[in-house]
Order: sequence, then C-alpha cells, then structure tokens
Amino acid sequence: MTQTVRISDVVKDYGRVKAVQTASFELAQGELVALIGHNGAGKTTLMKLMLGLIRPTSGSVEVLGDNPAAGEFAGRRQLGYLPENVSFDTALTGRETLAFYARLKREPVAGALTLLDAVGLGDASRRRVSTYSKGMRQRLGLAQALIGRPRVLLLDEPTTGLDPELRQTFYEIVQRLAADGTTVLLSSHALTELEERAGRVIIMNRGVKVADGSIEGLRNIACLPTKIRLKIAGLSPGELPSWLPASAPCRRLNGHFVEIDAEPDRKIELLHSVTASGTAVEDLDVIPPTLDELYAHFLRQAERTP
Amino acid sequence: MNALIIAAKEIHQAIRNRWVLASTLLLAGLALSLTFLGSAPTGTVGARALDVVIVSLSSLTIFLIPLIALLISHDAIVGDMERGTMLLLLSYPVARWQVLLGKFVGHLAVLAFATCLGYGIAAAALIATGGHIDADSLAAFAAMIGSSVLLGAVFVAIGYLVSALVRDRGTAAGVCIGLWLLLVLIYDMALLGVLAVDQGRSISAAAVDAMLLLNPTDVYRLFNLTGFANVSSFAGMAGLAQSTTLSAQGLLIALLVWTLVPLGLAAAAFSRREL
Repeated sequence: MTQTVRISDVVKDYGRVKAVQTASFELAQGELVALIGHNGAGKTTLMKLMLGLIRPTSGSVEVLGDNPAAGEFAGRRQLGYLPENVSFDTALTGRETLAFYARLKREPVAGALTLLDAVGLGDASRRRVSTYSKGMRQRLGLAQALIGRPRVLLLDEPTTGLDPELRQTFYEIVQRLAADGTTVLLSSHALTELEERAGRVIIMNRGVKVADGSIEGLRNIACLPTKIRLKIAGLSPGELPSWLPASAPCRRLNGHFVEIDAEPDRKIELLHSVTASGTAVEDLDVIPPTLDELYAHFLRQAERTP
Repeated sequence: MNALIIAAKEIHQAIRNRWVLASTLLLAGLALSLTFLGSAPTGTVGARALDVVIVSLSSLTIFLIPLIALLISHDAIVGDMERGTMLLLLSYPVARWQVLLGKFVGHLAVLAFATCLGYGIAAAALIATGGHIDADSLAAFAAMIGSSVLLGAVFVAIGYLVSALVRDRGTAAGVCIGLWLLLVLIYDMALLGVLAVDQGRSISAAAVDAMLLLNPTDVYRLFNLTGFANVSSFAGMAGLAQSTTLSAQGLLIALLVWTLVPLGLAAAAFSRREL
C-alpha cells in the first residue's frame, strides 16, 4: 500500500500549551481512519499540520510526498479539507462560492457544481449563503472538500448539523471515495456512527496518541469483556441462574434480562454453558465492546500511565 | 492567477454588499455639491472653475478617501480569520501573499471605480453646464483623480498592515480610526504648531519637506495643490510651492513607497501568523 500521509515524531506547542506531543503515524491510500479524542486532544492541530497551516515545533509532516508547510502547493490540489464550524462569505450564493473554490484548485467549474446536487443543495444553490441553515452550510462545506476527487480528505467533525438521512449519504460518498483509493481522515464525537465504517481508529488524549489500530485489533488489546445478554423464562426477580459459573460477573437488567460480562478468552466457554442449560433460555444477544467503551478504556489507561 | 481569482471574488462581494454603490454615490454626491455650491463664493467670473473644484475636492479627498480605504481594509485579514473563512481559503493551493495581493487588487479596483466615476461625474457636469475648461485644468483634474486613487492604495495597505498585526477585529477598527485621526488631522496641526513656534529659526526647508513626506496625506496635498501653477495660486499654497524642493515625480514616488512598504510589511506579518 502507498503511504499518503506520514507524521513522524511531531510536536506542536502553542506557547506553554502542548497541543501535540510526539505523535507518529502513517496513513495509506484507501484507508478510512477515524481520529477520536476529547476537545483539545490535538485532532484539529494534527489536521492543520497536514494542511501546512501551521508548522510543527519539531518532527516532520509529509503529505502526498510534499512538506505541506514548505510552500509547495502541488500536493494541496489533491487535498480536501472540511474545517470544524465551516464558514463562508455570506454575500455570495452557494454556486458562486463553489465556483470560486473550484477555480482556486484549477478544476472545471461545471464539474464542481454537480457536487451541489450530490450533497442535496441543488435547489438552494442560487440563494445567498447568508440564508443557509447550519446543516446547509455543512453540506456546502462538504461539497467544497470533494472538489476534484481529492486523494487525501481531512474532515473535522463532518457530520455535526447533518440530518440522519444526509449522514447516510455522506458516509456513502466517503466510503466510495475510500474504495477508489482516497485516504479519508475524519474526526468525530459520534462514535457509534464510525464503528461500522472506519477501518482504523486513532485515539488521541492530550496531544498523545494512546491507541491506533482496527476496531477488532483494539478490542483484542483492550481485553474488554463481551456482554452476553440472556432472556430466561421462569426466573424470579433478582434471582440469577444457578448454572452460571460463580466467577463470571453478572447482573439483572430491568427484570427480564441477565447480563454476563465475558472475558474474551472465556466467551466460548460461557456460551457453551448457556446452551447446555436447556430450554429456559429464550433469547440471547452477544454484544462486543463498543467504540465508546474502547475509547473510555484507552483514555483511562492513558490517565493511569502518565 | 490565484491573486486575480481572489480579486474577482472581492469585487463581486463588494458589488453584492453595495460597497461599490455606496462609495460611488457618496463621492459623486459630495463632488457635485462642492462643484456647484462651492463655487458660489467665487462667482462665475473666475475663468478657471475646474481649478477651484480641484482645490476643494482634494481637500475633501484627504478626509474621505483614507476613511473609506481603512473601512474596507481593516477587516481584510483579522476579520476573515475570526469568521473562519481564512482557514478554509488557506487550505487551498494559494500562498498567503497571493491572498493579500488579490484582496489589494480587488479593494483598490472598487475604490478606483468609485473615485473615477464619482469625481468624473462632477467634471462632466461642469462641462455640461458650460463652464470654460482648458487642457491645463483637465490635466490637473486627471492628476487629482489618479493621485486620489494612489492615496486610497496607501491607506488600503496601511489597513492591511493593522489587520495582519492585531488579534481581533475591534482592535483593528480602533487602531485604524486612531491612525486616520493622526495622519489626517493631528499631524498637520502639530506640524503647524511647531512651525509657528519655531518662526523659521532652526527648522530648515529640507526638514519641513522631510516632515511632509512622513505623512502620505501631506504628500498628496502637496502634489495636488502645488503641482500645477494655476491651482496653487488658488490654494494659497504658492508660498509653500516655492520653498519646497520636491518634484511632482518625487511626490508620486513617495506615495508609491507609502503603498509598497506597508503592503510588504503586511505580507510579512501575515505569513508569520499562525491560524
């Protein structure tokens, strides 16, 4: 796989505030990477470094073979960026705004304008941006980031303000781009959305990269228990099934369910004992640790080992 | 190329925001009223109606053009940064100096359009109403319009420098108003006071020239009120015109320097700024 973004030992200080402390990672062509972390964890700073808007205090950044801060703009033509809280000059219409950005990227204006339909702004494209709602501005922001089929797409909180339907379309567009070889890096707070889509997750905490890998890989590292949820007939409230091994932590949920926390290596053993217990079990759900839980786990771990 | 794309967008925005319309109407309105009301005291006996207009219009320009220029420019960098549009723009393949140059060309085009049209209307009206105008006066009037645009360029560049240096829009506006007051009003009063006290004992003519060059509005005044013999006799600047050693070309160069230096400093300050 070809690397499109390379971050090596990057440190970025704003005065005394350390926004990023020795982060290193590489992003490959066609990867869809989720960058997650609290506000102020360094997500936006990393994106600005990749855009060359700021220079690293130390370390090096390479995007599409160029140093983005060196004043070489060949790479930027193949780069799409959607800032957090995107804003536009409100006197122009959506079409005029998009045409302006297409010209700056030396892309055909007519081709760029079809993006307005793709993000559902076709009808409003001749209205001034000042009349747009937050969601519509976000769509326009998305459209400008997609101008010219970028090879690297940096999206900072892209789905805030989008309605569920457009969120779906948004992820479809992004996944199609990634399938065609675009590197997509997106930061978000909506972790459940990313869970099914992101091939890789990078977790940042206070400027430090605390985890990096596929969700499956992170689950293996974290060793968080899988939840097994059972619906059992004929169990009085508060009573736990007698056949469960005493060592397995379990609890009753809203009167109907029994929930067992299964360590990864005991999962199969526990499932065996559930199926062996006979017909009392009416229903069964196996819930692997969610991205939310993984995130919380890695943050706790990072806080314990400063 | 990039600079031209940005300039075109600035002009487009200025037309949309009615900046072009408002400044043209303002300048045309004032120029017309000065042309017709201002010539009342001199009557119609004076053969050189346009020369009188040049004197009064250039005095008006010294107050108005810097103000309009600073109003357009003080917001250009810090305002776009606060609104967040600069962040997106700079993620595109454009250099920061191109952004600045593009804005400069756009803003100056708006100002030049308003000045040429606004003042041109006044001259045209004077001709249409049968005023006698000779070639000398027309040349002086054209030079007045040209130097007014140049004065605008000086203050657009100064506005950018302020905009590139300060942290927020309010500060930029405050600093610009302060600079306007200083360069348009206070500097001349102070200079006059010093000269009156000194009575020509220790301050040489060369020193006076140097002090005039240090203020772009004085350079403009000198250029228009002393550059043409007929005009300077009306302006009451004939005395100063005789004592100064500054040529018209020298004054124009001074205005150019007053444009390029702040513009260069603004570009330097802007390129060092972190977003």
